[in-house]
Amino acid sequence: MSELLNKFLPLEAKRSELVAIGGADPFHVVVERVVSATEAIVNGQQVIMAGTNNYLGLTFDPESVEASCAAVRDEGTGTTGSRMANGSYGAHLALERALADFYACPAAIVFSTGYIANLGILSTLTGSGDVILMDADCHASIYDGTRLGAAQVVRFRHNDAANLERRLQRLEDKAKRTLVVVEGIYSMLGDRAPLQEIVEVKNRYGASLLIDEAHSLGVLGDHGRGLAEELGVEDQVDFITGTFSKSLGSIGGYCVSRWAELEFMRYAMRPYIFTASSSPSLIASTRIALKKLNSGTVLRKQLWANAHQLYQGLAEMGLELGPQVSPVIAIRLPVSMEEAPGVWGELLSKGIYVNLVLPPATPDGGCLLRCSLSAAHSPEQIDRILAAFSDIKEKIAPEKSG
Amino acid sequence: MPEKAQILDQLYELIQPFAKEPIEFGEQTDLIDEVGLDSMKIMDMVMQIEDHFDVSIPLNVLTDVRTIGDMAGQLQGLMKDD
Repeated sequence: MSELLNKFLPLEAKRSELVAIGGADPFHVVVERVVSATEAIVNGQQVIMAGTNNYLGLTFDPESVEASCAAVRDEGTGTTGSRMANGSYGAHLALERALADFYACPAAIVFSTGYIANLGILSTLTGSGDVILMDADCHASIYDGTRLGAAQVVRFRHNDAANLERRLQRLEDKAKRTLVVVEGIYSMLGDRAPLQEIVEVKNRYGASLLIDEAHSLGVLGDHGRGLAEELGVEDQVDFITGTFSKSLGSIGGYCVSRWAELEFMRYAMRPYIFTASSSPSLIASTRIALKKLNSGTVLRKQLWANAHQLYQGLAEMGLELGPQVSPVIAIRLPVSMEEAPGVWGELLSKGIYVNLVLPPATPDGGCLLRCSLSAAHSPEQIDRILAAFSDIKEKIAPEKSG
Repeated sequence: MPEKAQILDQLYELIQPFAKEPIEFGEQTDLIDEVGLDSMKIMDMVMQIEDHFDVSIPLNVLTDVRTIGDMAGQLQGLMKDD
């Protein structure tokens, strides 16, 4: 074995230990067959998928599937290169126009994944002499983007506008060269940024604001544009990033801006320049899904009805949940990292797949079971999810004091 | 601006609750190998230190911080800039 691989041995040892104790392996889940947007065969058993971020359930939308198939036949399986080198396909540009129209913004850039969108924007928008002030609970793609760039990076306390303000104050003149970064819905606990307060603070200091709406696109706002729309502050947000891999059911990322000059960033963003562009099939289904997202509120209403049903049911069992009702519902486990895989495995054996999130990926160092709901879940499926949780609630409810 | 010795004394107090086991702190105490912190714990600890000294510590400088003395040095530099 290469000497260089030595440092990973402790990780595998820890994984083996956890699997041996819990009797289940959350690190190697194989989806053997996908049955529908909400069901799959895992470990030979049909399970309800309640951790897929497939918020609008569009992965099997017949029109999207058909558009993808047609694009493969017409334009091939891949673009075999970057947009800068090989050129953009007409469909890439059409999707960018559609996104710009959707947000009523003058500029939009499509990236190959949501991760790459954040990597590109965060690494390049700010440079030497600029500052990034990011919420401490921001996604890894935001952290990684800042590491690729040259700006000074400072975190502020999660959802704490007063802490953000103190840090802007300390920056004095540099506050005007600062990018504040928050998320619409935070991916682990499902809570939202206090965006109105954050907008008010950043305006007072002349800073710019980027919001990642990865988990809020299609989920919040009258038209599904996210938290900025929901709270009526879209005209105060400078940059919005997001992903196609959740509500839009494909793969890809984007950035839109109320500043037309966003367009010029293309020539400087390495994660945009040096990666292959999205395949025609992905772009084709994304365009259809965006139209569906924009065409009415039926899916969004169903998603929220499902979220309320599950959140309320879990709360009634006395489980410790994230602070706000959301399609992301996190259950804090009052158990050790050693015991958590066993709890997760028990749910899976009862036919329910959720995400097990272990530290250090959790915000407060504990273990989480993370559910994400879909408009495609039926009320009966939510009942089955609740029944499975009810079966194990003694193990996962916090002990009552007194 | 406080002397480095004063900063160190305050750091010992701030870092104490994060230590895995009670150990004697000194300027050369290694935050990862001796205090037993991982990268996430260090970030939490940094927030406490920032509040205490009323200063923002950029993530960029943390790569150069191995010991409590390194942290004190960075703080001194940051407070001088103010």
